[in-house]
Amino acid sequence: MKRHPRFSFARLRGIIVKEFTQMRRDRLTFAMMLGIPLIQLTLFGYAINADPRHLPAAVLLADRGPQGRTVLAAMQNSTYFDFVRQVQTEVEGRELLARGEVQFVINIPENFSRDLLRGDRPAILVEADATDPAATGNALGSLGNLLNSALQNDLKGPLASLNPTDGPIDLRVHALYNPEVITQYNIVPGLMGVILTMTMILITGLAITRERERGTMENLLSMPTRPSEVLIGKIIPYILVGYIQVGVILLAAYFLFHVPMQGSIALLLLVALVFIAANLAMGITFSTIAKNQLQAMQMTFFVFLPSILLSGFMFPFRGMPRWAQWIGEVFPLTHFLRITRGILLKGNTTNEIMLQLWQIALFAVIAVAIGIKRYRQTLD
Amino acid sequence: MKNGERAIDVHGMTKRYGDRAVVDHVDLTVRVGEIYGFLGPNGSGKTTFLRMLCGLLRADDGNGQVLGHDVISESEAIKREVGYMTQRFSFWEDLSIEENLDFVARMYGMKKRREVVRQSIARLGLAGREAQLAGQLSGGWKQRLALAACLIHRPRLLLLDEPTAGVDPKARRDFWEQIHQLAADGLTFLITTHYMDEAERCHRLAYISYGKLLADGTVDEVIAQVGLTTWAVSGPDLSRLADQLRHQPGVQQAVAFGNALHVSSDDAAELERAIAPFQRAPYDWRQIPSGLEDAFISLMQGSTDNFAP
Repeated sequence: MKRHPRFSFARLRGIIVKEFTQMRRDRLTFAMMLGIPLIQLTLFGYAINADPRHLPAAVLLADRGPQGRTVLAAMQNSTYFDFVRQVQTEVEGRELLARGEVQFVINIPENFSRDLLRGDRPAILVEADATDPAATGNALGSLGNLLNSALQNDLKGPLASLNPTDGPIDLRVHALYNPEVITQYNIVPGLMGVILTMTMILITGLAITRERERGTMENLLSMPTRPSEVLIGKIIPYILVGYIQVGVILLAAYFLFHVPMQGSIALLLLVALVFIAANLAMGITFSTIAKNQLQAMQMTFFVFLPSILLSGFMFPFRGMPRWAQWIGEVFPLTHFLRITRGILLKGNTTNEIMLQLWQIALFAVIAVAIGIKRYRQTLD
Repeated sequence: MKNGERAIDVHGMTKRYGDRAVVDHVDLTVRVGEIYGFLGPNGSGKTTFLRMLCGLLRADDGNGQVLGHDVISESEAIKREVGYMTQRFSFWEDLSIEENLDFVARMYGMKKRREVVRQSIARLGLAGREAQLAGQLSGGWKQRLALAACLIHRPRLLLLDEPTAGVDPKARRDFWEQIHQLAADGLTFLITTHYMDEAERCHRLAYISYGKLLADGTVDEVIAQVGLTTWAVSGPDLSRLADQLRHQPGVQQAVAFGNALHVSSDDAAELERAIAPFQRAPYDWRQIPSGLEDAFISLMQGSTDNFAP
């Protein structure tokens, strides 16, 4: 019987040196190894905020007395609310909510100060966009105490008797679009975008690198085939796959999670086409850049990870610092999430989603252009 | 195009990677109906040259025509009339035989596609196996499929890059029979190979090494160009003799062929001086005509390696 060769440290060393050399040559893997922990640290450490503050709010101030302003000042001081707009009518406030421009509309009615001083417990109406319960929860939770303590200063001395035990004002909160504050209503439509992003980029990312890796690219190039034919020919089959995914998710949303479907499903399917195309285009572009399938896969995760974290899927978009929001705005997923939530939960129509839609379309066009430019007709 | 006209007529073809010329000013003329063998060691630039001819690589320098089309500016036209069989099997292993052929026929926009594919399958004796996945085929069958696919668009010129690598002798013989038949019908072939027996089956040959064309012509012409003198010696313990001879100045090759040793040099007088001390019993010496392999090895040894540091 032959003896197994003895373990050799010299050989081991040779292997280690070789691995390091290969690692150094493979820039992408190297970048990933450094990049992923850095990205994760940055995102989880700084960008992700489960207690979002500075949420944009509109105010409808009909009261002319000082107490209305006291209330608003206290809300602003709490740092939960940033008053970015003043509206004149309730309809105007609703429109801002529907478009997602503000998270809250604070309605301080006429004669608020007078009624307060009379002890009539005047109402403050807070309308909140509750599609993402995590984004509004803390702000709304803090509101009761906040308002009571704010008015303490005004209601003391001879007026302290007017300070009833159940609070001087009647706070009414309307959680719009998702009145029961059910998290699934937010997550499930979001998942559609997340799953599409993941799978669409990945499969097309592998499409061209696979040809190159298996040597079939040489064959394809020796035939009279145009780059646009190859790229679009590879995109179209996956659009169908994307639609199957959309169908499955919508059915699950309706039958399993009972997600309300306020808007037009046809409109949603149309938007999905643009979104799927954007992701496929991105995948194809990766495919033309990556040298092999592994690199294409790595690039996919490179986009997928920040997409999922910065798009507002996992964590409230408005909870992130400004720079993280800017990065988030680049990803098609961010805009698609707003549209799906808008259509399904808010009943948005074409008007309200247009701003988001063209940003996805722009992304798709740029990605395809880069892909076609990068696709090489020769093996050079 | 008629037999005798030039299917390939290119001059000064050059491909550089950085400052290294992988193909260095190669001229080549191949006539219609000819089977032209392209030989040279690994990494000598054969594949690069074929790729430049069919537009897969951009030439850095050179001019001329392939099938009457400009080799630099009309690569799209050339692609339509040339069949290129890659060194490594490059059809889709996850497609069936029929699907592969069908795809190729579609890419070339063949009319009566179904019929063309059916005929191709029948002609190559693949009938009954259409549905088999290409990846499951043996080396010989893969090669047949690749050839069938290259022929589907009825090209006038075939560029075959080491078509018989990894194919058994019987399949190789069948393959060459087929090549000769197709050539008789007016198809032109440029074939790279490492095998001497295949080289001898070609009408004409070229030898390329480190990007430079070193010899070309018929088998006899190539041997004559190298100008080698070869002696065969038989006797006991030839390997020891070979060692001794190799250290003699004036001996360029001492290679065992069966029970004899072939000793060659391109300087006949010097070779005779070198072997004189060994021309005694028990060794039996006689001068023989040099073979193609002797000529090629001599060419290979003589060329400078521009890959060496």
